[in-house]
Amino acid sequence: MFLSILVFSPLVLALIVGLVPKSWIRPTALILSILHFGFSLLLFQHFDPATANLQLVEQSPWIPTLGIQYFLGVDGISFWLVILSTFLVPFTILASWTSITERIRFFHINLFFLSTAMLGTFLAMDAILFYVFFEASLIPMYFMIGIWGGARKLYATLKFFIYTMFGSLLMLLAIIGLIFMAQEQLGNLSASVLDFYKLSVPFVAGQFLSTQTLMFFAFCLAFAIKVPMFPVHTWLPDAHVEAPTPGSVILAAVMLKMGTYGFLRFVLPIFPEAAQYYAWLFLLLAVVGIVYGALVAMVQTDVKKLVAYSSVSHMGYVMLGLFAFNIYGTTGGLYQMLNHGISTGALFILVGMIYERTHSREIKSYGGLAKVAPWYTIAFLIVTFSSIAVPLTNGFIGEFLILLGGFQAHKILGGVAVLGVVLGAAYMLWMVKRVFFGTEGALVAKYKDQGLDINFREVVILVPFILLIFWMGLFPNHFLSYSKASLDHFVNNMSNYELKVGP
Amino acid sequence: MDASFLIGLLLASPLIGFFINGPRFRSKNAVLAGSIATTAAGISFLCAVTLFVKLVGLPAEERSLEALFFTWIPVGSLKVQAGFVVDQISAIMILIISGVGTLIHLFSIGYMSHDERPAKYFSYLNLFLFNMLILVLGDNLLMTFVGWEGVGLCSYLLIGFWFTDSEKAAAGMKAFITNRIGDAGFLIGLFILFLTFGTLDYSELAAMVPQVAESAWTGPITLACLFLFIGATGKSAQIPLYVWLPDAMAGPTPVSALIHAATMVTAGVYLIVRMSALFMVAPHAMEVVAWTGALTAFFAATIGMTQWDIKKILAYSTVSQLGFMFIAVGVGAFHAAMFHLMTHAFFKALMFLGSGSVIHAMHEEQDVRKMGGLAKIMPITHITFVFGWLAIIGMPPFAGFFSKDEILAYAFFSPQGNLGVWLLGVVAAVCTAFYMTRLMALTFWGKARYGSDTHPHESPLTMTIPLMVLGFLSVVGGWIGIPHVIGSVLPGHPENYFLEWLEPMIHNAHLGHPSVLMEWGLMGLAVGLAGIAAYFAYDFYILHKDRPEKIAKSMGPVHPIVENKYYVDEGYFAFVINPLIEGSKALWLYVDVNFIDKMTYVAADLSKGLSEFVKTLQNGKTQQYALYMTLGIVVVLTYALMGS
Repeated sequence: MFLSILVFSPLVLALIVGLVPKSWIRPTALILSILHFGFSLLLFQHFDPATANLQLVEQSPWIPTLGIQYFLGVDGISFWLVILSTFLVPFTILASWTSITERIRFFHINLFFLSTAMLGTFLAMDAILFYVFFEASLIPMYFMIGIWGGARKLYATLKFFIYTMFGSLLMLLAIIGLIFMAQEQLGNLSASVLDFYKLSVPFVAGQFLSTQTLMFFAFCLAFAIKVPMFPVHTWLPDAHVEAPTPGSVILAAVMLKMGTYGFLRFVLPIFPEAAQYYAWLFLLLAVVGIVYGALVAMVQTDVKKLVAYSSVSHMGYVMLGLFAFNIYGTTGGLYQMLNHGISTGALFILVGMIYERTHSREIKSYGGLAKVAPWYTIAFLIVTFSSIAVPLTNGFIGEFLILLGGFQAHKILGGVAVLGVVLGAAYMLWMVKRVFFGTEGALVAKYKDQGLDINFREVVILVPFILLIFWMGLFPNHFLSYSKASLDHFVNNMSNYELKVGP
Repeated sequence: MDASFLIGLLLASPLIGFFINGPRFRSKNAVLAGSIATTAAGISFLCAVTLFVKLVGLPAEERSLEALFFTWIPVGSLKVQAGFVVDQISAIMILIISGVGTLIHLFSIGYMSHDERPAKYFSYLNLFLFNMLILVLGDNLLMTFVGWEGVGLCSYLLIGFWFTDSEKAAAGMKAFITNRIGDAGFLIGLFILFLTFGTLDYSELAAMVPQVAESAWTGPITLACLFLFIGATGKSAQIPLYVWLPDAMAGPTPVSALIHAATMVTAGVYLIVRMSALFMVAPHAMEVVAWTGALTAFFAATIGMTQWDIKKILAYSTVSQLGFMFIAVGVGAFHAAMFHLMTHAFFKALMFLGSGSVIHAMHEEQDVRKMGGLAKIMPITHITFVFGWLAIIGMPPFAGFFSKDEILAYAFFSPQGNLGVWLLGVVAAVCTAFYMTRLMALTFWGKARYGSDTHPHESPLTMTIPLMVLGFLSVVGGWIGIPHVIGSVLPGHPENYFLEWLEPMIHNAHLGHPSVLMEWGLMGLAVGLAGIAAYFAYDFYILHKDRPEKIAKSMGPVHPIVENKYYVDEGYFAFVINPLIEGSKALWLYVDVNFIDKMTYVAADLSKGLSEFVKTLQNGKTQQYALYMTLGIVVVLTYALMGS
């Protein structure tokens, strides 16, 4: 029952938030989300890191005629993503404390719905159940941007919705195909991901119209849009720019991971031949994404858009790691998912903090912020260093492992990806220079008397992120040890991956 | 005390200093902050000395003290330890870093006494020390890389210390990004080594290196060495990545002395010495290193002759001297590189601090044309600067003489050396003698050229004591590496202790034995030419002040080109940076906005009817949304069912 409670308790929390008096909404939501995070930490007690098996499994028929089950389980691949999802909610509530002023009740209800959808996505081990959660997560995010978003919110929401809906429709078809294939090969209809792993999906090298290749690309499209990979990334900058801070944080920190998680959980193990056959394409797109995202980030004039494009670049690293098909790339990829959650989440929070004060994100109207807001600057710089992967921060571990894995997989593409570390430093530090250093910009001069530095609430938000940045950078094994068994199993059985249920 | 504890304390002390001064960055109390930071650095120095003494007590083959703290990254067969080792190479490095470091911390107390943010400054300086020690103590390539990037970060923070000046902030950024290019090379080199040998551990790597030299340019070891060397050109400011170092002079002058002269910039040389076993079997890589060093030494020295900013002259001089060190490693004389690294740390830190003393006295004036005649007013600064000057131009028996002479000699007769490299080195040495004498003449000698509102004064003791100590070291520092040919005629026959010390650790080439006559001849030639160049400079800038301009004019377009640093920065902007920025703008505009998005619109138009419909559903009522959500799921499921 543990996972079910974990996944669905936010709905109950939403109900509570729906009933409390208006002035209690925020504190109640905050306390409940912290309790929920605390509850999720019980995973450490229940989870056995020594095995690659699927644990804490809950399985019961849902639509038996179709072999669809209610099937939850956790392993080393989803473990940290679950923790990341519950960890972020209290911070988004704190970060929205003063910036979200309209329809507060619905905002928090929405957030808890989103929490259920995210957790469900990472824990569902039935493909249809996964699909339901995967799609369901779109709806609260749609509201998040559509209701509390910026000036062009309608455009952004529509773009976001069409892109992602379109992508996943083909995936649904492929899932249905797999369910029937289970009937043929295993004797009964099944949407269980574990059964999907047992299938041998017919693959003909070089033939695009072969079953596995088609299904592979159907899944890939859905997840590639979510990641987002070049060239299907253009919904992301618009969505981020229009989204309110909490929306951006959840979007970047968790929802993009649904895409990379999808590759790790579905694409690579279910379609191993196609994945390896077309690995070059994904390595190429990943590296193009790294470089392209960085270059385009460099010339942005809006800080938030810059951070959004940096996500394209960072998620390119994750994809490079996953398609490297070795332990370094895979481990680095998983680690980078968490890192990106922490550092980009924190960056969006930081950008939101200053936006709340000055109502502008134009880089050129800033300048000299470091002098009037030193604590804010320190926090921003530390997160920047994590983002550009300076050693002893979390970002370095992920990027280093990915680049090592990528280089092992493909010397040229891996080598080009290494150049991304130069561009990463360039776009971040150039932005930092223009926003924080130099002479006082117009905006800074205008607002400096009102106090631009962070207040106590904001310090409380930022400190855990900063602690995590160094903790994950100094002692990566504290984190990796929970995923090690699963990742080793994954890499060692790449072409005939199976997952057992067990303690 | 056991070695782990000492190494731990050595590293922790400056880190603790950083954590004490960091949070109180607003404090204006330079003496307090400086005392804390200097004490932290001093403790490190004491640890370094103790470790050195311990090391001396061990038999030559067993001179290695290790400290393994924890396993940092264990993934697959990669097992990176937070492990540190003090051996013959790193012992020298930690003595220099913590020793010179402590002196510069002390000097900074006076220098930063009027600054707005001394505590912040000292916290950064301590953090730098910590990272630099990690760099040289790391027992594997990745640990070195941690320090390598760490010092780059501190350099960024300290160059841009006075960040309200946009140019200074830009200089910091330039340093970091240029270094990152090198770091990318370092990483690729590291990857190649790991994929070839399966380890990043220095001792394991050295043991696995094949005996036979690689003849192909594309062999893994050659490639790895070349990529590591790219890393070195970034950190140690060699062609083509040297451009950040002159700009780095935007930082406070003691920073220039510590980071941009004595320690950080030598990291590239250290790296190659550390990897000497590999480089020795990659002759092509060695060739590239030697030539790059020689060209940089020459090229930077010519620029040095034409600059007017006292710190810029010293900066180009540093680039040039680093070039000499790369000549040394390139021709297989690794001990000579380490030797010059050490003596250079003494005399260049001395001269930077001396220039700091001058700048401090001149109220932040850095143009040597507005100085002159300071010898009488600042006697200690002057005398110590004279020692540094004689050391760098290679006058016996000052420190630089022994180290530079050794490099030039090996460039000449080592099997890896060649005439071209040697010749460039000699010309660079001659230029060095010229521009350093010019600097002395313009700054200290002749008549005062500053206005009557400037009242220079000798600096306080906290600043002059470091000058005196470094001045002393610039005189005697070379005596521990006296070459055999000189030692044999001196009373007591001093040996080349430095070479003896390093010998078990480094893989020197079979450097051959030149005839005694030739060695004396080369030495005499170098000293003689340097002396003549120095005399010319004295003549030009003291005796016949109209000559430099005449000569510059007679050189036609050559002089302005050199004075403008060969327009390299401008070239980088015109051919690399601007195209990159403009290209990126075009990418964004034409690929993202005008192509991919347009395609999306086509797709969107197709579903326009649908979206219009969706819009009408947006009425903001929660219950209805929930209903649609459920409906949607049901529709999807029904659709799935019907498919069966």
